[in-house]
Amino acid sequence: MATPVAAVEVETPMPRRRPRRVLPGFGLTLGYTMAYLSLLVLIPLSAVFIRSFGSGWSHFWEVATAPRVIASLRLSFGASLIAALINVIFGFIVAWVLVRYTFPFRRLVDAMVDLPFALPTAVAGIALTALYAPNGWLGMWLKPLGVTVAFTPLGIIVALTFIGLPFVVRTLQPVLEDLDKEVEQAAASLGASAAQSFARVILPALWPALLTGFALSFARAVGEYGSVIFIAGNMPMRSEIAPLLIVTKLEQYDYAGATTIAVVMLVLSFALMFGINALQHWALSRHGGR
Amino acid sequence: MVVADVRSPRRRAPGRLLLIGVALVFLGLFLVLPLLAVFVQALAKGAAAYVAAIGNPNAWAAVKLTLTVAAIAVPFNLVFGVAAAWAIAKFEFRGKNTLITLIDLPFAVSPVIAGLIFILIFGSHGWFGGYLRAHHIRVVFAVPGIVLATIFVTFPFIARELIPVMQAQGKDDEETALSLGATGWQTFWRVTLPNIRWGLMYGVLLCNARAMGEFGAVSVVSGHVRGLTNTMPLHVEILYNEYNYAAAFAVASLLALLALLTLAGKSLLEWRQPELRHAAREARDRTRRENT
Repeated sequence: MATPVAAVEVETPMPRRRPRRVLPGFGLTLGYTMAYLSLLVLIPLSAVFIRSFGSGWSHFWEVATAPRVIASLRLSFGASLIAALINVIFGFIVAWVLVRYTFPFRRLVDAMVDLPFALPTAVAGIALTALYAPNGWLGMWLKPLGVTVAFTPLGIIVALTFIGLPFVVRTLQPVLEDLDKEVEQAAASLGASAAQSFARVILPALWPALLTGFALSFARAVGEYGSVIFIAGNMPMRSEIAPLLIVTKLEQYDYAGATTIAVVMLVLSFALMFGINALQHWALSRHGGR
Repeated sequence: MVVADVRSPRRRAPGRLLLIGVALVFLGLFLVLPLLAVFVQALAKGAAAYVAAIGNPNAWAAVKLTLTVAAIAVPFNLVFGVAAAWAIAKFEFRGKNTLITLIDLPFAVSPVIAGLIFILIFGSHGWFGGYLRAHHIRVVFAVPGIVLATIFVTFPFIARELIPVMQAQGKDDEETALSLGATGWQTFWRVTLPNIRWGLMYGVLLCNARAMGEFGAVSVVSGHVRGLTNTMPLHVEILYNEYNYAAAFAVASLLALLALLTLAGKSLLEWRQPELRHAAREARDRTRRENT
């Protein structure tokens, strides 16, 4: 599972005499790791930032605040937020059911939860579009109700929910498994109602995991491209996500424009992940940390 | 006492059934139906059309390219994953947590941006654009660019599976082997590798699924040259945009089969090695404990 590691570095007291390293290969493996990481991730990623600074601040600001760019960013982050919230609610229910109850085909259902990880996004995109198109299996039932999912922002939310689902379930599952049932029973024996025991005993222990699941699902959704573009309709100002706008600018050879949007997206995502990491750390330290 | 009664199935039954119902309906709508739709749409025009779509030379070229790219990208990330896990799991050094965070970085980057960065470096207006053109080397809009983008996108998969597995193994086995006179390489091949083989296969499985299925990053760097730089997901897109739905879903059904095989293999490995399921979490907890 993708879990952001709360990077806290606390100095461990060094023993006075450094113990001799018995295992070989430290220099080789660490060196290789650093070189590979730098060449394939860090240096290429820095290219985006360097290129975007190269065009100057005023140009950067002009592109970043263009109405079409703002609209696409708002759509990407807004739809991702809604999808991540849907995933927190239903992912919680799915994780709860998988951990606490037994029912036929539970193992199969459990394995299926990872489908969005394994299914290529383009396949998910065309499958969801086929389902929600006005003549699709689901679309034909929604049409009389006046709900159009395919080719509207609603479709984007559906695709992003699909993509983010496993993150919440897989983050919650181990925590739920570890959760002491005795504590709940103690709460019940002391006269707590089911709702009270849920709100006062279960939920506080799950906050950090819920936050992590939300953050991972959100982060994945913001950058998602393949599953969205088929179902979105891709109308500028209305149903055009930020990653698609990057691709559009690239196809018009507007490298500076594409780079600017990429930088804005990266900075916003990193800032958000950092904030959620801090929040999670705070929640962990408050609730004894599991 | 009341305590024994709290979780009796009878008392919990209505809520229980309701929750199971909600969970199954949600998963049915979001997971099962899309999967089913792929296969139904693929066979919508009959088996002959299905076979024709898959037997098409361009489809075959796409299958071959997808296999080639995965066959290069996965081993690269495998060697990196083993090296990174060895350094991180077996040794103490400063900045270890930062390194782990940096390894995870590609997961936080949009696939489209992953493609963009390689265009900025190797594209005609990129850092090395002039040099590459002068030497007639194509990186972007060619296979090397597709491989690079795929490596970037699948970068953390194997490392993040191996690090917790190796941390859980400790280093006693290796130290014993060394003290008995084994060389470093012998220790690695005969002691470490057998110990981590399930975790290794797990990581390779997940890495491979993503490598073969990647769309966004590859789409940006490929240039969409049919029969030359189209991977299977890109071929699906092209057929779909040409309104050739049956053919698009036929090729998509191969990718869906790959996904199902991946899930089956994953479940099998988890059944053999239950720790794999939550390995990442345990490692995080361990790092946290060590730090406090």
